[in-house]
Amino acid sequence: MLEKALVGSKAYYRWIFFLLAVISVGVLAYIRQFNLGLGVTGMSRDVSFGFYIGQFTYFVGVAASAVMVVLPYYLHNYKRFGKITILGEFLAIPAVIMCVLFIFVDVGQPIRITNVLLHPTLNAIVFYDVVVLNGYLMLNLIIGWYMLSSEARTVAPPKWLKILIYISIPWAVSIHTVTAFLYCGLPGRHFWLTAITAARFLASAFASGPAFLVILALLVRRCSKFDPGQRAIDGILNIISYAMLINLFFIGLELFTAFYSGIPAEKNSFIYLFAGLDGYHKLVPVMWTSMILAFTSLAALLTPAVRKNENMLIAACLGIHVALWLDKGFGFVIGGFIPNPFDRVTEYWPTINELLVTAGVWAIGFLVLSILYRIAITVKEQSVSTDH
Amino acid sequence: MSLDRRDFLKITALTALFGLGSASAFKLLSPDEILANVEGAASGQLGMVIDMELFQTPTTIENVIEACNRAHNVPSIDNTKHEIKWIWTEKYENAFPENTSEHLSEELKAKPFLVLCNHCDHPACVRVCPTQATFKRKSDGIVQMDYHRCIGCRFCMAACPYGSRSFNWENPRKYIKDVNPDYPTRTIGVVEKCNFCIERIERGLKPACVDASEGAMVFGKLDDPDSAVRAALATNYAVTRKTDLGTGPNVYYIIGGQEHA
Repeated sequence: MLEKALVGSKAYYRWIFFLLAVISVGVLAYIRQFNLGLGVTGMSRDVSFGFYIGQFTYFVGVAASAVMVVLPYYLHNYKRFGKITILGEFLAIPAVIMCVLFIFVDVGQPIRITNVLLHPTLNAIVFYDVVVLNGYLMLNLIIGWYMLSSEARTVAPPKWLKILIYISIPWAVSIHTVTAFLYCGLPGRHFWLTAITAARFLASAFASGPAFLVILALLVRRCSKFDPGQRAIDGILNIISYAMLINLFFIGLELFTAFYSGIPAEKNSFIYLFAGLDGYHKLVPVMWTSMILAFTSLAALLTPAVRKNENMLIAACLGIHVALWLDKGFGFVIGGFIPNPFDRVTEYWPTINELLVTAGVWAIGFLVLSILYRIAITVKEQSVSTDH
Repeated sequence: MSLDRRDFLKITALTALFGLGSASAFKLLSPDEILANVEGAASGQLGMVIDMELFQTPTTIENVIEACNRAHNVPSIDNTKHEIKWIWTEKYENAFPENTSEHLSEELKAKPFLVLCNHCDHPACVRVCPTQATFKRKSDGIVQMDYHRCIGCRFCMAACPYGSRSFNWENPRKYIKDVNPDYPTRTIGVVEKCNFCIERIERGLKPACVDASEGAMVFGKLDDPDSAVRAALATNYAVTRKTDLGTGPNVYYIIGGQEHA
């Protein structure tokens, strides 16, 4: 089936070459980081995770969100999602690959990274994260591939695939839960030390991932003969709206606990993020952009007129996606480090080198996504033409 | 010279036997056992008491820090974002942020508190390390680092509530003026911190900071009721940092100032 990725329009090839160019720049930036050390990033003794770990956290959510189309379709036989499910599964694959790459570029001694498997440590959450992420990658590769190749050969998918699909549903929840456990079990990091972290992660993931999926589905419909179906998109928009509402509700719960209790350790990170602390406020515009985008995009999604206008719909979904990306991929991670254990503020901002490495990883993700979607679309277009 | 199969097997068997023998010799001389044989060396949790009353001059504190930096090739990096710190000073309000208040005595506000790794009973850094590159030594409770196993994921830095850990954001060797050949320098991309002078304890010595402190820092076995640390704790009111987090820190502070109360 892979050969189908090689056939495409001129625009497809231009896009692939553009991605390869971005990847090359990213690789060069990474080589610089490898030689000079992680000091070329904006991270510091006080803010020891930055953009990379933020992106990792965000894309675990995107990967997990495939379950939002997989579960209704396979478990409840929700036929509307029949065509779009493959797009969800094929979005999860590059998302997990990006997660693994973001971890890789973040470690100080990448050559030793296999130590995680050579010395498996059962009390370390990182170990479980590596296990569940790689497991999830394999599950989605196998499921997506067999479903699609069965369709290409117009035969029923093998029966054993059902078992893997059922396993993949709780597995998707597990990857984001374990990712939340990376943060919420650390003594002294009060911003993260909250039982709601995993729930909040899942809620925001089930809004952000499907929002991206809707954008992709609309683009696929514009650029190819494959239509994932308006009713499928409508269904996903409902999921996004509910998940976003629940996510904002959870943020409200966090704010109530922090500010009604009045405990400084609970409040300080929020104050830093939304108002600035001790005269430092680099993240304030980021967080307010995120909040305003979150509320306006949600309001747009709940407006029937917007749902009927494709361009406005893309804008609203992009708004949800960016809002949650800023919140989770930036604010959440940095906020946990501010103030530091000595109650002082050290700020963080990514450097150009760091952004170039990040862009490189994104481009790798988009490359894998483009190849997988190219294949899926070709197969789907063929089954459309045989239908007629 | 050519070997036939029989000779080859003989040599292999002999080598294997020798190998097994030397392995057990290593086992006999494992660090725990060496320690038990060194006079004054520890078995049971080691701890430290820092008596802030006994620091007479700021120079003593400088000497303490300098002794550690020299003993462990701690680089002096000016960029505060990339600093490596094993033992350093913080104001009271920063060392004990959960226990500070508006109207502290001016004396206490001004006092430089020495902070270092607490070699906790339940170290969060050890719990999160995915490679066991940081671990708690059973014999004496020292939280140790294996610089050659560390992958530089920095999870221990996020987990430590005391800010005791530093990461080598850049090549540290450029920032060491006189390299002490008795202790390794570190490489780029690994985490490091105070090791309670494990290398000196194994030679029956006290930590370098304690030696330089002119009696203001006491070091020893916390489980031994006759030890100097226990004597200091028995007669003074002493506190540990962020006790409520349950990490079980083993560096105690005698804050002093009681005579003015």
